[in-house]
Amino acid sequence: MLRQTWWKILCVLLLAYTVIGGFLGPVPAKPIVNETIRNLYFHVAMWFSMMVFLTVSAVYAIRYLRRPNHVDDIYSLEYAKAGIVFGTLGLITGSEWAGFTWGAFWSNDPKQLGAMIAMLIYYAYLVFRNGMPDIDKRARLGAVYNIFAFAMLFPTLWILPRLVESLHPGGLGGNPAFKDSDPRMAAVFWGGAVPGWCLLGVWITTLRIRLKLLAEKKLSNI
Amino acid sequence: MTEHIKNIINLLKKDLLLEIRQQYTFYGVLLYVVSTIFVLYLSMGQPEGPVWKGLFWMIQLFICVNAVAKSFLQEGRGRLLYFYSIAGARDFILSKLLFNALLMLVMSLLSLALFLFMLGNPMGHEGYFILISCLGGVSLSLVFTFLAALAARAQQGAALMAILGFPLVIPQLMLLNRVSTIAFEDVLQGGLGWMLAILFGLDVLLIALALILFPFLWKD
Repeated sequence: MLRQTWWKILCVLLLAYTVIGGFLGPVPAKPIVNETIRNLYFHVAMWFSMMVFLTVSAVYAIRYLRRPNHVDDIYSLEYAKAGIVFGTLGLITGSEWAGFTWGAFWSNDPKQLGAMIAMLIYYAYLVFRNGMPDIDKRARLGAVYNIFAFAMLFPTLWILPRLVESLHPGGLGGNPAFKDSDPRMAAVFWGGAVPGWCLLGVWITTLRIRLKLLAEKKLSNI
Repeated sequence: MTEHIKNIINLLKKDLLLEIRQQYTFYGVLLYVVSTIFVLYLSMGQPEGPVWKGLFWMIQLFICVNAVAKSFLQEGRGRLLYFYSIAGARDFILSKLLFNALLMLVMSLLSLALFLFMLGNPMGHEGYFILISCLGGVSLSLVFTFLAALAARAQQGAALMAILGFPLVIPQLMLLNRVSTIAFEDVLQGGLGWMLAILFGLDVLLIALALILFPFLWKD
């Protein structure tokens, strides 16, 4: 386990840079988005972190299936939970952004729908796990569903929204976004927001994993 | 290889034979199909194209849940163990996928006929829609077969299958709904070929996932 302090200090510094640089730093004046473009550091970074956590969760699920080990299951579950929290935050920040630029907090944009479906699939993962009292069975079936859900993420998030017209970048209509991204913004986004939020999520998850392992240890000692 | 194919065919034959002898799933689901579509007709009359299309796919979804749910629940523990020992997990899940795909194929065509009979025909090109509903029925059956296996292993009934399955099939239903506009409009939208390709791709992905993950499911 990464019980070292340097990366936690780095996380705080990066997030401080993100928040200060994000709110005070220079941004290009673009029509419609104007100052809301600062949401890029928060909204888009949430999706990056979510994909990282869900990928880690799926990797631990595969590890569990290859060699059943209770600790791997705890890792898989906690990383999935972190991914769900960041994905939900991504939906909320995105909806807020949409409200001030596209005119409605929910506009049935294909990418919004895809993200919502992805979140529903992962909420079902938590419901499914809670339905089983047997620990080993819960871990194994949970891992199977986790891998299945992870595979279904790609069509819902990455393929389907690109086929239709979307207000998001990447769809058929024209929202260029990253194509003419500003180098000053890229510095804050890639240098601060993405690694900063990822580290924060890892920090939260490792704390939760440690808590769970301690609880298990205490239970097994009784 | 030939042994695997023989196993799959034997298991499929067993399922078909049981179906013919017991006539339990088939007539049960058939009654469900007829009564739901009749209730729809009583409450909706003969709707316009987009509503017709939406209703058709929603009914397909519910039919699929009901048709596929029994496929693993009907097998007791001892019998499952027997199948695994003589045929292996991959052959078993493949035979179930095939059987459920066949069942849904029949059910899709039957419900399409009933829809045309009761809710009218707002389409311009029925031929396309017959093909798309076959593809749709098979695609839905693939998702729900795997989920039925999961739900059966979790010792939960069809309710859990619906909870797990509905979010998972939304992408497929959205694609099917979009693709089926071919049958309703003379002017074709762009990107339909891609959507069909992705539907096929999804089916392949689902079969691959079922083959990879099912061996982990049945172990106790």
